[in-house]
This record gives sequence, structure tokens and C-alpha cells, in this order.
Amino acid sequence: MTNTYSQKVIDHFRDPHNMGSIDDPDGVGEVGNLACGDLMKLYIKVKDDKISEIKFETMGCAAAIATSSMITDIAQGKTLKEAAKITNQVIADELDGLPQIKMHCSNLAAEALQKAIKDYKQKK
Amino acid sequence: MSRKNTPTIYLDHAATTPVDPEVFSAMEPYFTEHYGNPASIHTVGQKAIIAVDEAREQVANFLGCKTSEVIFTSGATESNNFVLKGVSEASKIDKPHIITSTIEHPCILDTCQHLEKKGVEVTYLPVDKEGVVNTKSVQEAIKENTILISIMYANNEIGTIQPITEIGEIVKKTNQERKNQLIFHTDAVQAIQYLDCDVKKLGVDLLSLSGHKFYGPKGVGVLFVKEGTLIEKIQHGGHQEYNKRAGTLNVPGIVGLGKAIELAGKNHAQNSQQQKLRDLLINNILKNIPDSHLNGSNKHRLPNNANLRFDRIEGESIMLHLDFEGIAVSTGSACTSGTLEPSHVLLAIGVAKEQAHGSIRFTLGKDTTEDNIKKVLEVLPLIVEKLRKMSPLK
Repeated sequence: MTNTYSQKVIDHFRDPHNMGSIDDPDGVGEVGNLACGDLMKLYIKVKDDKISEIKFETMGCAAAIATSSMITDIAQGKTLKEAAKITNQVIADELDGLPQIKMHCSNLAAEALQKAIKDYKQKK
Repeated sequence: MSRKNTPTIYLDHAATTPVDPEVFSAMEPYFTEHYGNPASIHTVGQKAIIAVDEAREQVANFLGCKTSEVIFTSGATESNNFVLKGVSEASKIDKPHIITSTIEHPCILDTCQHLEKKGVEVTYLPVDKEGVVNTKSVQEAIKENTILISIMYANNEIGTIQPITEIGEIVKKTNQERKNQLIFHTDAVQAIQYLDCDVKKLGVDLLSLSGHKFYGPKGVGVLFVKEGTLIEKIQHGGHQEYNKRAGTLNVPGIVGLGKAIELAGKNHAQNSQQQKLRDLLINNILKNIPDSHLNGSNKHRLPNNANLRFDRIEGESIMLHLDFEGIAVSTGSACTSGTLEPSHVLLAIGVAKEQAHGSIRFTLGKDTTEDNIKKVLEVLPLIVEKLRKMSPLK
């Protein structure tokens, strides 16, 4: 665990993948808190029980943006069951770690995805 | 962290400044050539004490005080600890009372909280939306058991300048009518480069400063202690610094601080240039970036400080994108503070938490150029636009 950002975090922060919204999403998950300075919205499209499209909108620090970008990479193409199992730790590991202070405040992506999946299931 | 190979535009002078080359060359001989301990009587030691004496005189000249009133410390954090703990300990009052403000530096606030646990009473005066302490509220907060008033000269985050002379007048007047004399302290760390720090004009008994905020070295500071001020030492050992602060003197650091403060006095003349550039920065940001706001006062402000907030985005992200462009600034966001809370100063002036997170501080220096500012004005709108596009808040 370091106190600075890994190169991977910086790369995802500078050029985030799958940024934006989906006009007609099958599920939306929103987490975070304005007072904490982090807010994340995840949009998914589902086809044949798999995540066919995933996009994010995030306001937050580099860690918040990089974890958002990373989860869209990981979840893309996964079944809903597989996707729901993605943890914040997995995302942090895929980013070659996050500074300790960021582990709890800005690592929201897994929760957002679980909410999006739940939203999809409720709508169905 | 990856950085482009662009030359740095350093706009974080409130955090620290580069050591002036003239300061550095003054310091150099005191590492390897004149390495003596100023407490030693032999010739090697005497070379060191002569240098320390000269630095003490440079500080005394700048502050308008006696050389015996200049105590060298390791920096402003130590000076401020010394003030709060030393004055409390020296007091004979049962439950001594300290008055300070909500926007002081953490080394004041944290120490006050520590003292509260030890039975000291502390009043934290609020500030108005520009960050100014109301002098009337100082007057009203004074009680029978008040021993110390500690108000910073200029704020490190939003650059607000406090009415120190007026508070000094209040203290002076109040002291004429009371036995238990009030002691007045100001943390002048951010003021040295820009404001008149004559301790008699300010009416202060104690004043803290730190070398590295005005092109001197890190790890060295000063506490001005007016003759006769009741203060107990907090660091025990040898008899250095008029028996007020034990520990072998940081000779190269002290020499550097002396030189730097001498140069700071001469440099006050170019404040207007920095203020012009700062206003160029503030006015163009407010004009060209929608939903941007200035934090703090327009009028009572250090000439080198610009602190702005940008709605719907977060400060660390802005700061890092500026860093990618070779521009160094700081932020009021929680993300860089090591806590989850945004800046206590921004909250104290009534900025909402979510807006405080989106704040950026630019602090100019004597080498800042118009081209530097133009570069910021060129890249910042694009960064804000990019981050807003990414934000779920529209």
C-alpha cells in the first residue's frame, strides 16, 4: 500500500474508459455523498443476462474516477451473477493498489454496480 | 505519479517557496566550513555565534524589536506550540482562557484542543463570509480568566488579512484596566513577504514566523517574545536562546532565515506586481469559467492569493490535471488533507461542503510571470469542462 497513485490509476484518471451516460439504461446505480465530494452514477444495458454496455459518470478525486473507469472494464461482458461478485478490493488490485486513505472514501464502484444490477432486476 | 516533461509553473507559494540563491549561498559555508557549535567558546564556535547574531539582527530589524526578543525555533509549528503551551503553563490562573479563531492553522487549533483536555478554556471566534474576525467579538470574548489572544495575521488558505493592529489596540486598552495582563500573539507565517510586520505597530507580544514561506530554508522559524512576556519554555535542555528554547542552534538555517527576511523587507515593493497578476487570474477565471466563485475577501487579501471554487467538480481532480500540465497548485478538498473533511477555513466562511471540495488555491510568488498566468487561463477552462462532462451533476 502506498500513499501515491499508481501509474494505472493515473492512466485511468487521465483517459477514463466508458465515460458518459446511457440514454435508455436497463439499470442505474448511484452511490456517494456530495458532502464527501464523491458521487458516482453507473449505467448498464443487459442482454442475455450479461452486461452488454456499461458507462459511468463520476464527480470525485482521481481514485473515484479511476475506480469508476476500471469497473466498467471489468464488468463489460460479464454475467450479472459474475458482475455482482466484483468487490472494491478487486478493483483496487486491478489498479495496482490505492492509497490507504482512499480505500474507503473513494472506492465506491462495486457498490454502484451492485445497485445498478438490483435496479435492473427490480425493473424487470 | 507520471508527469509530462514540461517546466513547472509553481503556484503554491503558501505551501513553501524555493530558497533564494542569495540565501543559499549565504548558508553554504555553515555546513562544512564554519560548522562550529555556537555554544562553544573556541574560534570555530565563535564563527557560528557571530553568524547567528547577525541573523538575529536581521530579524530584529525586520520586526522592529530587540535582538534579545528573537527566539529561533524549528519553524512556526513549534513557535505556535510554544506560545499556547508556554503561556498556559506560565499562567497562575486556575482555568486559563485562550481566545483564537476558527480559521487558524491546524498547529494552533490542534494545540488548543490538546490544551482543552488539560483544563484550558478556549473560545474559537467565528469569522464573517470573507474570513475576517470581528474586532468587537474579540472584545466581547475577553473574560476575567483570559490570558492569551492568538489571531493569525493572514490566512494560509484564502489569504484574508486580519485587523491585527485594531485587536492590538483593544488588548492595550483592556490591559490598562486589569491586573491579569492579556498576552497578544499573531501567527504571521503568511504575512512576512507581503505585510508590515513591525511588532510595535501591530501591538503584539508574540509573533510566529517560518523561514521557508519567504524564500528561506525549511526547518527554521522564529518566535518574537516581547521583553517581560510571561511564557514558560516547552523544550528543556541547554541554555540556548536566552534560556527560552533548548537545543543546538540550526546555524545554516538561521543564517538563511536572516538573509531571507532581509530580502523580504526589500521585496515588499514588488507586491503590486503580484497583485496585478493575481487579479488577472481571478478576473479571467470568473469571467470565462461558468459557476466559478472566489473564496474569501476581495479587499482584505494577500496580494499573492487566489482561492476559487468550481461547482459540480472536485478539487483534487482539477489539481492533478493542472499538474499534468506542469502547474502546481493546492486544493481545499478532503482528498489531499489526509482526513475526509474539506477545508475547515472554507467551511468557516460558510462555503457548503460540496463546494469546498471543489476549491483550488493559487498562490503566486516573486518569480511568477504573466505568461505563467496566461498558461493557467488557457488550460483551466478545458480541465473544468472535461471534469464537468464526467460529473453526474449537470
